[in-house]
Amino acid sequence: MLSRTAGNLYWIGRYLERADFTARLIEATQRLAALPSSYGGASNAWESALAAACQIDGFAATGLAIDEHEVTEYLTLNAGNSSSIRSCLEAARSNARAVRTAMTEEGWEAINTAWLEVSRYGTHLSSRETLAQLIEYVKHAIAAFDGANHRTMLRGDAFWFTNLGAAIERADNSARLLDVKYHLLLPRDEPVGGSLDYFQWTTILRTVSAMTAYRWVYNDSVKPWLVADLLILNRQIPRSLAACYDEILRHLDLLASHSGRRGAAHRLASAGHARLAGGNIDAIFGQGLHEFLTQFIADNNRLGEAIAEQYLF
Amino acid sequence: MRIRVDYRTVYDYAHAANDVLQLLRVQPAGHEGQHIVSWRIDTDVDGHLKRAEDAFGNITHMFYPDGPVKRLSLHVAGEVDTVESHGVLSGGYEPLPALVYLRQTELTRPDDALRAMARQIDTGDALATCHRLTRLLYDQFNFDPDVTHSHSDAAHAFALKAGVCQDYAHVFLSIVRCLGIPARYVSGHLVRNDGLITQPAAHAWAEALIPDLGWVAFDPSNGMCATEAYLRVAIGLDYRDAAPVRGARRGGGVETMAVAVTTTASGPNPQQGQSQTQGRAQTQA
Amino acid sequence: MQALPAFDEMFGLGDGYDCRSPEGVTAAYRAIRQWLADSPQELMAARRAQAELFFRRIGITFAVYGDAQATERLIPFDIVPRIITRTEWDRLERGLKQRVAALNMFLADVYGAQEILRAGIVPAELVLMNPAFCVHMIGRQPPGGVWVHIAGIDLVRTGPDEFFVLEDNARTPSGVSYMLENREVMLKLVPDLFDSVKVAPVETYPEKLLETLASVSPRKQRGSHPTCVLLTPGQYNSAFYEHSFLADKLGIELVEGHDLFVRDDIVFMRTTEGPQRVDVIYRRLDDDFIDPLVFNPGSMLGVPGLMSAYAAGNVTLANAVGTGIADDKAIYSYMPDIVRFYTGEEPILANVPTWRCREPEALMHVLDHLPELVVKEVDGSGGYGMLVGPHAPKATIAAFAAKLKARPEKFIAQPTLALSTCPTATDGGIAARHVDLRPFVLTGADGVRIVPGGLTRVAMTAGSLVVNSSQGGGTKDTWIIDG
Repeated sequence: MLSRTAGNLYWIGRYLERADFTARLIEATQRLAALPSSYGGASNAWESALAAACQIDGFAATGLAIDEHEVTEYLTLNAGNSSSIRSCLEAARSNARAVRTAMTEEGWEAINTAWLEVSRYGTHLSSRETLAQLIEYVKHAIAAFDGANHRTMLRGDAFWFTNLGAAIERADNSARLLDVKYHLLLPRDEPVGGSLDYFQWTTILRTVSAMTAYRWVYNDSVKPWLVADLLILNRQIPRSLAACYDEILRHLDLLASHSGRRGAAHRLASAGHARLAGGNIDAIFGQGLHEFLTQFIADNNRLGEAIAEQYLF
Repeated sequence: MRIRVDYRTVYDYAHAANDVLQLLRVQPAGHEGQHIVSWRIDTDVDGHLKRAEDAFGNITHMFYPDGPVKRLSLHVAGEVDTVESHGVLSGGYEPLPALVYLRQTELTRPDDALRAMARQIDTGDALATCHRLTRLLYDQFNFDPDVTHSHSDAAHAFALKAGVCQDYAHVFLSIVRCLGIPARYVSGHLVRNDGLITQPAAHAWAEALIPDLGWVAFDPSNGMCATEAYLRVAIGLDYRDAAPVRGARRGGGVETMAVAVTTTASGPNPQQGQSQTQGRAQTQA
Repeated sequence: MQALPAFDEMFGLGDGYDCRSPEGVTAAYRAIRQWLADSPQELMAARRAQAELFFRRIGITFAVYGDAQATERLIPFDIVPRIITRTEWDRLERGLKQRVAALNMFLADVYGAQEILRAGIVPAELVLMNPAFCVHMIGRQPPGGVWVHIAGIDLVRTGPDEFFVLEDNARTPSGVSYMLENREVMLKLVPDLFDSVKVAPVETYPEKLLETLASVSPRKQRGSHPTCVLLTPGQYNSAFYEHSFLADKLGIELVEGHDLFVRDDIVFMRTTEGPQRVDVIYRRLDDDFIDPLVFNPGSMLGVPGLMSAYAAGNVTLANAVGTGIADDKAIYSYMPDIVRFYTGEEPILANVPTWRCREPEALMHVLDHLPELVVKEVDGSGGYGMLVGPHAPKATIAAFAAKLKARPEKFIAQPTLALSTCPTATDGGIAARHVDLRPFVLTGADGVRIVPGGLTRVAMTAGSLVVNSSQGGGTKDTWIIDG
């Protein structure tokens, strides 16, 4: 496969995953921000949303005040923000158009429709109802794309590269989300696991749509270390770091078995996978969750670069 | 005159650059007034240097370094014996029909001002016109390396009445082609008589096809015809065709390029018995 | 617009569109006439809607230059097929082969021995000073000796036996994807009609193109197939759909400039499995952009070093570099002489009479007759910068006359031809619309291949003679039928 084609598919996976994550993040943050402050309805909810989306600096550069309207508009429809939902869909669609023949009819239509639909919203949010519609639409559209791909794509390098991109992005998003909630959101003098935490932690679970899953898995009240365990080590949760690395490794192995070539990306993915498989949550907390996640995000980025280098995107 | 040229071009990239390749036109071909004694091209990184010839008859080399390059140095050195011919070229290899050299290019395309100048300068006699234009550009233009770029065109330089030798040559070409005189761009080296041995760049001038004489070299930036102090390396319709180096790369970030050209005369060639003082009085650069 | 009296391919010269009787209908169109008579207008409307839906779904779009939004527009498709009989086609095919052979010989000559210039058949300055004449190709011979691998020859018809070549396209002719897709749509929409009329298939085009490309590979390999790629300027090019369509049908990679690189005078493409050598590049990128080291240094679309690999004979470009001189409109007027000079035969296909405005007498004639003439820029394309005298207001004609006087060498003029008309489905029912035809001629090292038919372009506006898709023209399926 042409390297550019592989690169385009990989980035389609990443952009769509990012758009989906942003949509879920906004939804969960809205819920949190709406709570009375005694329940943890923290005034810095939107700041932490920006941090989780890795957009603090970008937003600061706009000079706008941090409030729900400005932040949600920035994260959803801002054309100048290259990671806004609008920009992600536009970039994914442009990538898809360039590699039309590597995609299926259904996959292309799903992306094309999603972009046309979202571009219709323009670049300004008129109301909270519009925002709610947009969020619903985006989640739905990306699920439609995944479904179309899953049902129609040949199980070959095109499919693997798309999924690989999505898995790398998902791992990054989950790690960031956990790190921000843990490190930035908690008041300094509040011990971890204090009484204000409940809503903070459920926000995370909602963002990764694992609220019910949590109950099923732990059969326990919401506890920070269990949430961390779920998001980092539980391979049954599709957005956990361990599940993402299962997927990354599997797709890299499929690519290698196809071409017979293994490289730096395979070594890094294997190492990352092994760290998660052999990890336990007590040890991670012992080491420091923030330190662990910072290291993970850096390693994950390095893997992304290694993939680009190895496959020459 | 025996001319010795020696220069090193050094490219530095902020990061390692991939797929570097360079199209070089740095090796002169001989003609009756120019005998190549020796010529070498060396690079300090491993790679392939493929020699070919372009449409104008120039000797070209494609240089393909092996692997990524962070720093690349190109060393060109050689010796050439030249004979004074008052700018008249003979015995050169001419693969192209002369009519081709009437074509204007993106860099020589005349605007109204250049066309008006062409009408004004026209004497009806190609040789007289070219001499007049050479003198006029020399008198009226300011040599100024800071006002134009390598992609500036003749109209731009003519409006500024300033530029470097490349701009003088483009203006010259634009005007004489308007008058139906075939003309071409020449890049090469010049032994300056002001003692300035090391120059920041190579030289450029023009050749025009004059009835009964053939191709004659005019150097408007020095206001005279070429002499034995001129070493002719490459020709083309404009700078782009005759540029010493045209390169490409992938990645590498910011590129810095440093070049210093040393051109010296090693005295009259003992084998050439003719006197070399018969030429036109040389003007200063 | 004032309609010109024109030859109608269904009714001949008769005043047929009002008459419901099959009298006067040409033999070729009898089945079509019947089909139209049997299809109520609602059914036709439903079919048109279905056809549009189909095109929109597969994503055939066409970006229009100068359109602020660079919108992707659908080219209108007309569901009434255009019919040409086998007898008519056989003559056209012979004429096309002869003409394309002459174009190839002309190119080999002007970049080689230049005998035609020395013989004074074509003025030397018209070739040598022409911007379309590529000096970098002088003395070069492309692999397999073929210059124009893919030619699109625009033909117009003015009477039962009168076909003219309006224009040769020897650079990167487009439109063949419409020829193929139009047939697919027709097979879906009106399968019954294909039962009653036996139509020569066009679906072999991709295979013939691939054979043609393979035949000119510079590397003669035993067993393995040469690696061919299609080089596109990218997704913002107006014909990008066609590029990706053809790459898909040919089963070759659709590459952009930066997917390729040159090392040691050999072209490679970057793949996920490492560099892969490329033998033949079907390029849909203009000469000026293909190699920034030799041509436009600002081009980001090309491949640095490509011309070195080409000159070293390690890669084939289709079409060859420099073919623009052969389809230059100023050279066009010499085509009958060019055909005679190289083939020793009389041209089978006639040229449209052409005045070269660079010649003072011709210019005088043109200026005196502007309201009757079509004036074109010699280096224009796509119907831009053109004057259609009979349809132009006085002020436009006056403005054009001034342009013409200022730069006469830039223009040629031709009589306004009454292009033939074909029945076309419009909102107001079936009506006559002007058409032309672009057949595609493939030339390989091993011979010439032509798919029967081509792309019929139709001016959708009543009376209009401009069929270019960039100016609102549409297309029809073209049927070569026995008879």
